[in-house]
Amino acid sequence: MRNYLDHFEVSTETLQKVIAAAMSKGGDYADLYFEHKTSGNLGLEDGKVNRAFSNVDFGVGIRVLKGDQTGFAYTETLSLNEMLNAAKLAASIANENSTFRPNKTEEKIPSDFYSISKKWDDISVKDKVPFVQKINDKVFELDEKVIKVNAFLNDETSYILFYSSEGRLTYDYRPMVNFGVVCTMQKGDKIENFYSARSFRKGFEWLNDDLVAELAREVVDGTNLLFEAGKPKAGEMPVVMGAGGSGILLHEAIGHTFEADFNRKGTSIFSDKMGKKVAENFINIIDDGTLPNNRGSINIDDEGNDAQKTYLVKDGVLNSYIHDRISANHYHVTPTGNGRRESFRNVPLPRMRATYMEAGPHSKDDIISSVDYGVYVDNFSNGEVKIGAGDFTFFVKSGFLIEKGKLTQPIKDINIIGNGPEALADISMAANDYAIDNGTWTCGKSGQSVPVTCGLPTVLVKSLTVGGTNA
Amino acid sequence: MTKEEKYILAEWAMNHALKAGAQQVSVNISNSKNSSIEVREEKIDKLEQATQNNLTIRLFVDKKYSAHSTNRLKKDELAGFIEEAIAGTKYLAEDELRTLPEPELYYKGDGKDLQILDTAFNSVSPEKKIEMAFAAEKEVLGTDERIISVSTSYYDGLNERVMLASNGFKGDTSSSYYGIDASVSVKSGDARPSADWSESAIFFDKLSKNNIGKIALDKALKKIGQKKIASGKMSMIVENRQMGRIFGPLVSALRGSAIQQKNSFLIDKLGKRVISEKLSVTDNPFVIGGRGSRHFDGEGLATTKRTIFDKGILKTYYIDTYYAKKLNTEPTSGSITNLVFETGNKDLQGLIHAVKKGVLVTGFNGGNSNGTTGDFSFGIEGFLIKNGEIIQPVSEMNITGNMLELWSNIGEIGNDINTNSSWLIPSVLFESVDFSGT
Repeated sequence: MRNYLDHFEVSTETLQKVIAAAMSKGGDYADLYFEHKTSGNLGLEDGKVNRAFSNVDFGVGIRVLKGDQTGFAYTETLSLNEMLNAAKLAASIANENSTFRPNKTEEKIPSDFYSISKKWDDISVKDKVPFVQKINDKVFELDEKVIKVNAFLNDETSYILFYSSEGRLTYDYRPMVNFGVVCTMQKGDKIENFYSARSFRKGFEWLNDDLVAELAREVVDGTNLLFEAGKPKAGEMPVVMGAGGSGILLHEAIGHTFEADFNRKGTSIFSDKMGKKVAENFINIIDDGTLPNNRGSINIDDEGNDAQKTYLVKDGVLNSYIHDRISANHYHVTPTGNGRRESFRNVPLPRMRATYMEAGPHSKDDIISSVDYGVYVDNFSNGEVKIGAGDFTFFVKSGFLIEKGKLTQPIKDINIIGNGPEALADISMAANDYAIDNGTWTCGKSGQSVPVTCGLPTVLVKSLTVGGTNA
Repeated sequence: MTKEEKYILAEWAMNHALKAGAQQVSVNISNSKNSSIEVREEKIDKLEQATQNNLTIRLFVDKKYSAHSTNRLKKDELAGFIEEAIAGTKYLAEDELRTLPEPELYYKGDGKDLQILDTAFNSVSPEKKIEMAFAAEKEVLGTDERIISVSTSYYDGLNERVMLASNGFKGDTSSSYYGIDASVSVKSGDARPSADWSESAIFFDKLSKNNIGKIALDKALKKIGQKKIASGKMSMIVENRQMGRIFGPLVSALRGSAIQQKNSFLIDKLGKRVISEKLSVTDNPFVIGGRGSRHFDGEGLATTKRTIFDKGILKTYYIDTYYAKKLNTEPTSGSITNLVFETGNKDLQGLIHAVKKGVLVTGFNGGNSNGTTGDFSFGIEGFLIKNGEIIQPVSEMNITGNMLELWSNIGEIGNDINTNSSWLIPSVLFESVDFSGT
């Protein structure tokens, strides 16, 4: 704890003074979120690691709550004066004069879901360059059709110190790495490209030659498949979602609509479904902040609460929303550790972490062979949802047609759209091959991006609307 | 920070980097100030205020290149930051094509006032801002029993930036913005359709302050009963405010980096007719009061008015100094300013009347476009049109196709330019689009 106070050059007395100013207008609660984030990015283009970028971001966000209302300000300068000014701005959400009696400071040592041995902020550019170069060389070596490779290694380190009017004093150290490659190939006059990446809360020790080889193979295979790919018929059909990245289904179709800020406002299509049966009995859906070294994990959320493993759907019944402090108070439940923010410049909101479905009773082969005409999809680039209407989408980079129970023609670049509650109820089979996808998933909401992941066993959704061509 | 303070610090940082081993340097210092007030249920839901600072330095060291930014602007910390950045840069591979622009291409500071800054920015009182957010809410609250949530907000911001480059560029720019938006959710059965409306302006006096809540409510109510219809090839009108989603992939395909990295479906197409001759678009950086107006780009290059498409013929790419060298051509500027569309004769109603069977797209839901091939597929919502009339709201459908084919199938271009954006685009009618539904 001392280290974190020193890092931001503040004392507990200073924290108490700032909190007192934040509470001076009669707020119910206030918190201070100090953050120091450094990031480094190495890029390769045309065969050489010939560009580097870095960024430093530093400051404190000061938030005051009055019931459901929020006052928020931040400052990038941590002098007492600047912090007091920001605290007074945030305080103005409430409007009575009040004297705040400070609570006893309680130091909270957070969990450690992402211990690492080699911190990114101690690693020189010199040590990182070879991995980026190797992946380029490997991709070119694997296939003579490769004409361009772009590779990157991004790392990020955040130091966080948190203090609240309730006296909670806690901290977090958050490493992140994102290593990936884009491969462009030419075959005749056709050009295609594909992207592969992995992201974890891991340190420099994570990089190795096996990882380079795995990513290179994946991106080359992925690109090759696209030359043969076509489009399905347009319309409604069964969709088999492959294990892993298909977790985007949960993120878009269900996850966002479970975020309790939307439900508190009554704007989500799931607003009156708590405790109701929403899916088959074998379906358990979880939002988890505790997976070791996962990109979506957090030791504490950005409101100082413990990260948790939260069952959103248990045995087919809607079990919990995704809460931040405001919505948890609103619903009189304990926070689920989902209050997250992009940085000290933003207020926390209910956000997902790693969202996945547990394994089900079926097998992948049974699921595919049950489909007469449909699509199998397992590689995605993005998705979106309309919270109130419940319509969600995800964009398929590649997959296959299913004809008479067999995977046949590769497909690519199609959007799939469905309705959240209907799609959830339409998951009629789930396999025993649950997997988390460790790609670079980033979730956007209200202009704030946070790292997440998702996972799924192979599932069958009986009917979704698939983009394609009409005869 | 005042403009003078920013120049002094930028000059100090530039000189420090030159002394520490860089041969060329450019420095950008920006600061911004913004506020927002969100209102729900006749109370302030969220009040946010902030000022922020940033310094970005581009370093050219022994033919190697890197860029770095920080919001910690004390000189003693900056000195270490710059020295460390230079040391790291030396481990990169050489790239001889990385240089600052040729000085003769820089903006020389003789341009007219583009009117992108409201000098009265600080005179709008907090009380007035709050009042405007409440006024938008008041327009609709309690006016329809199907309303379940109304959320309105006021926001504003001021951005100021100075830029120096060691081979002789000096420039600064400031801009302001104001906006009001409203989001209304209504209930119909299980579905809770919502709609947003917003107005924004560079000058406070020009901000449209009325009917924002009303329009959002009207749009939400019109969505009641949304359903998908049968798959098929149909006409499609895309409403002006949604056109960015459809035009964006064409613009992305014009970037120098995309061309050079073979990640564009418009490679080797300069001077050729690539899309319908009904489309003519100009990039005009000098629109007075334009959201994208500027005299110089991110590198300091003087901007010029350029034709992008002339009756469907591709006339230019967006190429910065680096990719110009890689492509062995002249830079045109890497950044998009105001995109000005040549308009047709009809407003949105006129376009609707021209459609026998089709869909008016009023919103997109996800989807993407493949930058290399131009293949796209997007989720949409909107309204079914039959015999020139709107019949019913539709949703949960996809459109799928290829960008070049879509833009070759323009039926008609509208005249209803969206003035809330730097892309001055009207609604457009496309023929023969693949829709997926039931």
